[in-house]
Amino acid sequence: MNWSQLFTSSIGKKIVMSVTGLFLISFLVVHMGVNACIYKDFFDPSDNGDMFNRAADYMGKTVVIRLMEIVLFAGFFIHIIQGLVLEFQNRSKRKLGYQVQMGNKGSKWYSRSMGLLGTILLLFLLLHWWHFWIPSRFTERGLENPVLLSNGRVSHDMFHLMKATFSEWWIVIVYIAGCISLAWHLMHGFQSAFRTLGLHNDRFFKLVNAFGIGFSVVVPLIFALMPLSFKMGWIG
Amino acid sequence: MTHKNINLKLKVWKQKNSKSAGNFETFVVKDISTEMSFLEMFDVLNERLIGEGKEPIAFDHDCREGICGTCSMYINGRPHGPWHATTTCQLHMRAFNDGDTIVVEPWRANAFQVIKDLMVDRSAFDRIIQAGGFISVNTGNAVDANSMPVEKDKADASFAAAACIGCGACVAACKNSSAMLFVSAKVTHLALLPQGSPERRTRALNMVAQMDKEGFGSCTNTGACEAVCPKEISIENIARLNKEYLMAGLTLEK
Ligand code: SF4
Ligand code: FES
Repeated sequence: MNWSQLFTSSIGKKIVMSVTGLFLISFLVVHMGVNACIYKDFFDPSDNGDMFNRAADYMGKTVVIRLMEIVLFAGFFIHIIQGLVLEFQNRSKRKLGYQVQMGNKGSKWYSRSMGLLGTILLLFLLLHWWHFWIPSRFTERGLENPVLLSNGRVSHDMFHLMKATFSEWWIVIVYIAGCISLAWHLMHGFQSAFRTLGLHNDRFFKLVNAFGIGFSVVVPLIFALMPLSFKMGWIG
Repeated sequence: MTHKNINLKLKVWKQKNSKSAGNFETFVVKDISTEMSFLEMFDVLNERLIGEGKEPIAFDHDCREGICGTCSMYINGRPHGPWHATTTCQLHMRAFNDGDTIVVEPWRANAFQVIKDLMVDRSAFDRIIQAGGFISVNTGNAVDANSMPVEKDKADASFAAAACIGCGACVAACKNSSAMLFVSAKVTHLALLPQGSPERRTRALNMVAQMDKEGFGSCTNTGACEAVCPKEISIENIARLNKEYLMAGLTLEK
C-alpha cells in the first residue's frame, strides 16, 4: 500500500474520514469546555463573562493553540472534501435506482444521511465563523469595546458579542438546528469511526457505542443551551 | 398456518439484454398455493407464458435450497423479500396475502449489470475471489488436520463467515453499492485460520483493490447489508476487514 491509497482506495478514504472525524470530535470537547465558561455567569452574575473572556483570550493568544488552529482547519478541510467526494462517488455506483426503496428496513436514516447532515453542518459552520471567528481574528465587528479582564489583560469582549448575536430568535433557532444536525451526525459518526479503524470486538464496540450515544446527546445539548441561555436571559 | 390459494399482482422488471432499457410489466397470477416457494410461483407464471407463446421471465436459480446464492430478486423493497435470513428460493408464498401487489426488481448496482430481466452478472465477485480469496498449498501429502491447532472461537467465527453464499444481496441493499460484507466474509474466513495466515496481508489488499476496480462503492457502516444477508453474516466482519487492510498497509514492506 502506498500513501496515495489513503485517498484512493475505498477503505483508505474511510480511514481518512474516521481519523479526521475523531480529531474534530476532540476539538468539540475543547470548544465545549471553553464555551461552558459562560455558565459561570449563571451562578455568579457579577462575573459578567470574565471567566469566559479570559478563556477565549487564552485560546486566542497562546502560540501552541494558534498552531493547532491551523491543524484544525486542515482537519475540517480534509473531512469536508473527502466526505463530499465519498458521497458523490458512492451515489454514482448505482446509476439506475430501485422502484421501491428499502428505506429504514435495516439501516437508520441518519446513517444514510451523513452527506446531508454534513452539508447542513458546513453551512452552519460558515455562519458560525462569520459570527464569531472572523470578528475576533479580522474585522473586530461587534468587538469595538475591549474589556479589562480580572487577570489584568485587555481583550475582546467575546461574551457580549455572544449576547448580542443571540439576541435574535432566528439566530438562536438556526444554532439549535445546527446542534441537532451535529447530534445525528455524531450518532452515526462516532461509532462508525471506530468500526472503520477496525474495532470488531463486540465487547469493546458496545462500550464505544454506548459512550458515543451519550456523547452525541450531551455535547450538542450543552452547545444548544448556550444561545438559548442568552436569549432567555438565564445568563448575560 | 392453514394452506390456501391466493391471487397476486406482480410488477416485474423486464429487460431484453444488458444494452436495452427495460421497464416494469404487470402480471396477474391466480390460485397460487401458500406452500409454494417464490420461485415456484414464477415457474407457474412462466409455464403459462410459454403456453401463451410469450417469452418467460428470466431469473437465476440453481439449488433452490438456500445454499448456492444464485437466486436474486429484490422483492417489495428488500433483497430476497420480507423474511429474515432467507434466500428468495426459500421464501414461501405464505409471506404474502391474497390480493397483494408484489414488485420484483433485479439487484441494482453498476457492478452488477442486468443480463436479462431479473438476472444480473455477478462475475465481479468471482474476480474478487480470484484476487485473493484462496490459500496456496504445496502439492504432496495433505497434512493431518489435527496437527494444526485452531482455537475453537476462531474456528467458529471463521465458519460463520464461510457461510456467505456470494448472493450479492449485501450489495443490492447498500446505498453505496458496497461489496464490503461479501469481501469481509471471505477475508475473515481465511484470516482467522492458520492456513490463511501466510497470505493474510496481500489477500486483504488485493481483494479490496479488485473490489474497487469492479466499481463497488465505499462502505459507510449503515448496516443495511447485515439486515438482508440470508446467511446472517455479521457487520463485525467489515470492521475486521478494515483492521486487516490497515495492518497490511502499515506493515507490508512494499
Ligand atoms: S455476505 Fe450475505 S448478502 Fe453478501 S453475498 Fe454473502 S451471503 Fe449474500
Ligand atoms: S437457488 Fe440456490 S440459494 Fe436460492
